Amino acid sequence: MHFAFSDQQLEFRDAVRQVLAKECTTDDLRAAVDAPSARTPRWATLAELGVVGLTVPEAHGGFGLGLVDLVALVEEAGRVALPEPLVETTGLAAPLLAELAADGSDGEADPRVTGWLGGIAKGGVAAAVGDAGRPTAPIAGADGADLLLLVTDVSGRLELHGLDAGACPVTPVASLDPTRRLGAPAWEPSPATLLAYGPRVDAMVDRTADRAAVVVGAELLGLADAMITMTASYARDRQQFGKPIGSFQAVKHLVAGAQVLLEFARPVVYGAAWALDERAPDATRAASVAKAYASEAALEAARVALQVHGAIGYTWECDLHLFLKRSWALAESWGSAGDHRARLLSSLLDGR
Amino acid sequence: MDRPMDLHYSDAQEAFRAEARAWLAGHAPAPRSLPSLDTADGFEAHRAWEAEMYADRWSVVSWPEAFGGRGVGIIEWLVFEEEYWRAQAPLRVSQNGVFLLAPTMFEFGTDAQKARFLPPMASAAEIWCQGWSEPDAGSDLAGIRSRARRSDAEGGWVLSGQKTWASRGAFAEWCFGLFRTDPEAERHRGLTYFLIDMATPGVTVRPIPQIDGETGFAELFFEDVFVADDLVLGQVGHGWNVAMATAGSERGLSLRSPARYSRAADRLVDLYADRLAVDPARAARSADAVARAWMDAEAYRLNTLWTATRVLDGGSVGPEASANKIHWSETDLAIHRAALDLLGPEAELHGDGVDAPWLDGYLFALAGPIYAGTNEIQRNVVAERMLGLPRG
Ligand SMILES: Cc1cc2nc3c(=O)[nH]c(=O)nc-3n(C[C@H](O)[C@H](O)[C@H](O)COP(=O)(O)OP(=O)(O)OC[C@H]3O[C@@H](n4cnc5c(N)ncnc54)[C@H](O)[C@@H]3O)c2cc1C
Repeated sequence: MHFAFSDQQLEFRDAVRQVLAKECTTDDLRAAVDAPSARTPRWATLAELGVVGLTVPEAHGGFGLGLVDLVALVEEAGRVALPEPLVETTGLAAPLLAELAADGSDGEADPRVTGWLGGIAKGGVAAAVGDAGRPTAPIAGADGADLLLLVTDVSGRLELHGLDAGACPVTPVASLDPTRRLGAPAWEPSPATLLAYGPRVDAMVDRTADRAAVVVGAELLGLADAMITMTASYARDRQQFGKPIGSFQAVKHLVAGAQVLLEFARPVVYGAAWALDERAPDATRAASVAKAYASEAALEAARVALQVHGAIGYTWECDLHLFLKRSWALAESWGSAGDHRARLLSSLLDGR
Repeated sequence: MDRPMDLHYSDAQEAFRAEARAWLAGHAPAPRSLPSLDTADGFEAHRAWEAEMYADRWSVVSWPEAFGGRGVGIIEWLVFEEEYWRAQAPLRVSQNGVFLLAPTMFEFGTDAQKARFLPPMASAAEIWCQGWSEPDAGSDLAGIRSRARRSDAEGGWVLSGQKTWASRGAFAEWCFGLFRTDPEAERHRGLTYFLIDMATPGVTVRPIPQIDGETGFAELFFEDVFVADDLVLGQVGHGWNVAMATAGSERGLSLRSPARYSRAADRLVDLYADRLAVDPARAARSADAVARAWMDAEAYRLNTLWTATRVLDGGSVGPEASANKIHWSETDLAIHRAALDLLGPEAELHGDGVDAPWLDGYLFALAGPIYAGTNEIQRNVVAERMLGLPRG
């Protein structure tokens, strides 16, 4: 039992934090809101550092690392509300493609799959992955993605398809958070797009949903931390009645409540990442606890942050809304807190 | 040495678990079979149980062997607690001593104090109560007025004043108390931490029935009670620092092990499954609350392992103990509130011949946000010391 990140993981995390603090300021975020793009110089920097290819197997040019390594970095991405699709590409697509590449049942690994993996590691491929549970919903990051991984249900049999961006038109779908780059692809499943089918796809789809819960959870941790930090700093500076508003207990207790939720959400997300890496028997439950806890923590941080900022927090000019909007969107994606509580409870009942 | 994250217990830890489980299976009284520890009979029955644990070195596993423990680490202690709660073994009548005073005594006590007090604490031959709160000083602990007057002639201190809400004070043999030794000094500086024999002339105990009617705590009156110099824990005038170490144990890792809540949360899911058959509509309305409470217990378990690892790696627990206290107390309430909602109109049934573990547990849980420093005070600590907000 040693429930902590390794020194190496912490060093890498700190290095990424420093880079993002420079390269993903709120001015940069505003630029991304005005002109979103998946392939920015910042994305190239992250690829160079090895962040984008973190979960790509070494044989395909990546680091071959797992979710424990990744969540520490995605938390940093959340802290700056990184607009690029790190969660989708490195958290979801690469592990899924790695599973396909490792699956020897078809002999040689599929050249499309190895090509995409290599592309991700170099920073040349940004991906979007559909939520099999919501097959008709718009997909985060699909607008502007190079690769789409989509699941269809053909009379009860799941199929996994992969499409190069050029191969299908994607209609942008507006989100409150424009950096989410939601898109609705117009596509028809065909033998040319088919990557895998049958029970192994069921298992892959389930694992993808669990990974999404945990990695999105990690992004929510970073967002919550950023909002609480901004709010505490504002509460120290802003004066009313001749004192900093942070000296009023009603304000203190709001911020403290959010901080307690965040403190407890962190080990829950890290532990779930470990459980998924280990393929532990309770990994799916752990993923649900992670997403539910991280969503609640971020939603509470968002509520408190807006309330404590007062009217300035309600303006376009104040940076807060960039973090609020991402949090609200992510809290509902890949299962809300309530969805995951329901999923957990039915799993607990099954075990009885 | 750069260790990767690992949430498996080691083989040695699993072997320790198996040993604890086997011992408890052979010795622990049947669940809820002892009378309440807040009655005279129950107190003695619980004392006897702890003596039995002590005889086989299971009462204080993490203490050094010299004092009756097994010298195991914090993770093994958590494993032992998991087994203890799994066996539904009795509440610990010695908890004020073993979980609160002992860590402080290991940190601040002299060798003579440790040798004198720790073994009988571990065997429950001497049970401790905590004498801090006063009628006019609860949350504002530094405002206590009970005095200790210096007596150079006798080589000690003479205590006078009143303490209140001392848990298990009605039956305890010893008390760890905070008294003002220097009325001129700044509020936090003039305090001293004393170890007091409750049989000393001048100590009067008045039991106070709690919300359930039983004498869970007591008022303590001190009239010229003599306490010798070797019964000061830490330095004279440094009682506040010593007390804050105890408070850290009370709020942090020591007092409430996660197994307590994990077991209760599992029983809550059992109850939910049962009620689903009896009253599905009511059960369905509680589903979200049941899942939430289970998650709260699981989050507490993981946070404890996270914190324990930090401590093992040389870190410390600071104001996070306050966040911890808020979480465990609210988790306990959430679990029991959900259970009562599932039981619906049956929840109020109580009294002779009715076994009402959820209602008893709820009454107990209700005190959680009050004792060990109220949750409002803990929120102040989190805001001021974790987030740097100005003192109000
Ligand atoms: C079951 C139980 C067992 C106990 N056991 C012991 C024991 O063994 N030994 C012992 O010494 N004490 C014990 N206590 C006492 C406990 O420590 C006190 O009750 C606690 O510190 C609160 O003090 P108080 O009851 O005087 O409430 P008060 O301090 O009067 O507080 C009343 C309310 O005002 C709020 N409040 C007060 N000050 C502030 C502030 N600055 N900011 C915000 N809100 C504030 C409190 O949060 C609370 O809600 C026990 C209490 C209970 C319920």
